[in-house]
Amino acid sequence: MNMVIGVLEQGFIYALLAMGVLITYRILDFPDLTVDSSFPLGAAISAVLTLNGTPPALTLPIALLAGGAAGLITGLIHVKCGVRDLLSGIITMTALYSVNLRVAGRANLPIYAGDTLFLNEWTRGFPPWLAPYSKLIIILFIVALVKIILDLFLKTKAGYLLRAVGDNPSVVAALNKDGGYVKIQGLMIANAFCALAGAVMCQHQRFFDISMGTGTLVTGLASVIIGLNMFSKLPRLKNTLAVIAGSILYKACVSAALSLGLAPTDLRLITAALFLVILILGKTRVRKVKPHA
Amino acid sequence: MLEMQGIYKTYLPGTVNETRLFCNLFLKVPKGQFVSVVGSNGSGKTSLLNIICGQTRPDSGWVMLYGQDISKEKEHRRYARVGRVYQNPAMGTCGGMTLLENISLADNKGHGYGLTPGTVKARIPYYKSLLARLHLGLEDKLYMRAEALSGGQRQAMALLMATMTPISFLILDEHTAALDPKTAEVIMKLTNELVREKQLATLMVTHNLRHAAAYGDRLLMFDAGKIVQDIQGGEKAALKAEDVFALFTRLGAGYGG
Ligand SMILES: Nc1ncnc2c1ncn2[C@@H]1O[C@H](COP(=O)(O)OP(=O)(O)OP(=O)(O)O)[C@@H](O)[C@H]1O
Ligand SMILES: [Mg+2]
Repeated sequence: MNMVIGVLEQGFIYALLAMGVLITYRILDFPDLTVDSSFPLGAAISAVLTLNGTPPALTLPIALLAGGAAGLITGLIHVKCGVRDLLSGIITMTALYSVNLRVAGRANLPIYAGDTLFLNEWTRGFPPWLAPYSKLIIILFIVALVKIILDLFLKTKAGYLLRAVGDNPSVVAALNKDGGYVKIQGLMIANAFCALAGAVMCQHQRFFDISMGTGTLVTGLASVIIGLNMFSKLPRLKNTLAVIAGSILYKACVSAALSLGLAPTDLRLITAALFLVILILGKTRVRKVKPHA
Repeated sequence: MLEMQGIYKTYLPGTVNETRLFCNLFLKVPKGQFVSVVGSNGSGKTSLLNIICGQTRPDSGWVMLYGQDISKEKEHRRYARVGRVYQNPAMGTCGGMTLLENISLADNKGHGYGLTPGTVKARIPYYKSLLARLHLGLEDKLYMRAEALSGGQRQAMALLMATMTPISFLILDEHTAALDPKTAEVIMKLTNELVREKQLATLMVTHNLRHAAAYGDRLLMFDAGKIVQDIQGGEKAALKAEDVFALFTRLGAGYGG
């Protein structure tokens, strides 16, 4: 039972990240490596602010903004300097590694001492039967909030334009709109979600670690691809929900592999191997048609 | 309304593949004039349209719209008053979005794309009436993705989207080339209707000599970056496809050469 709750907690936290990756990978068709550092950026900010006495819940919107700034930098490098998408993300990712160390002051920053988002006056007041689920409830609330906001956004005019720019940039130009700005906007939202995921993760595990970003994109991509392949065929199921389910399923697979006797040090190996399996299984899916003749 | 002066363009200068295309090109299209453009492959028709739209920069020269120099304007800025339909039907619509979403996007051109609902429900009957005019049954397929449409249906959508909001200049680059003869006829008729009804100045590139002769107030023939024929008025009205073909055969290079 504890393991199931653990998987759900992890899965839902990474679902925040997956929704960010949904925007870059699926909607914008942009392989954005920035997430590997915007995730720990959110964690670093949340850890430092919490230690400085900021209410843990308040660190989340601040992490969100910082993630948006990271996306802005990648977007500007790509759109204004004309650097290829993958490379722009790599540049920001590399630079942010140092920034994250500066923010945290060191490579590993625990926040065991004080209250966290999940351990505070309020959660200690939960009745005993509810207490084991307190973390899950808080995470679920955040994920639901983000999902609803993203769904609503994608239904607005700005959301339509975001989908259009990844689908067919010439339509956006024909609408008298600068596709570059729309892309930047998308990268900002996506990385804001990733940093939020990092901050929540930091509150959950109660420490920041500089290496926690490694493999973030792979985890996000795996969740998105599993989610879209397995669940998006269901009628009337939104992509956001499919991706959340994908994230949980992916975390469940990883945790199953670990419980089969693999050591936690093999985690990245499992992550990568599982991702490969997913890619191979998902290959049968019809590829996105490019509008270029 | 459109005026191009002293356009020079050389592709890949200084290489073995250097193409000196335009040399002091001059073109003036008055308000509301429908111009058919013909010319052999590689004669510079698409390049001309790309220069007007800002996809290609001329080496020198001016492009003026409404007496305003737009030579330095970015591509997307020029589409404020210009609509364009490409040869490839997929270029004009977002394949992954539904017809309703596509048409809602186009309907909002010129207004801000903010946080208000992407589709205005009250406009749906109006969209349906627009689609019904195409006679392709698209009014019943509002919730279908554009990528599921046939080429002709998708091109009709592209034409509709390009002309939905007030524009004054329409650019068509072989927009019926990918369609079967019957659908090409339907789209061509529709184009003519829209152009006349909205009094759009239009540049229509086509390899269909019958369309070039039958439609439009003026015919331009390009050869190696030069306008070699410019037929207007009564002479254009009397022009038949055979006459256009005869003009082609008189060109040194010949049609399709
Ligand atoms: N981007 C480019 N780089 C180099 N050369 C180019 C480029 N675009 C066009 N050209 C050259 O300019 C010439 C005119 O090309 P353009 O596409 O304008 O012809 P076109 O009249 O549209 O022909 P078609 O009827 O085949 O569409 C061709 O010789 C072509 O090779
Ligand atoms: Mg051409």
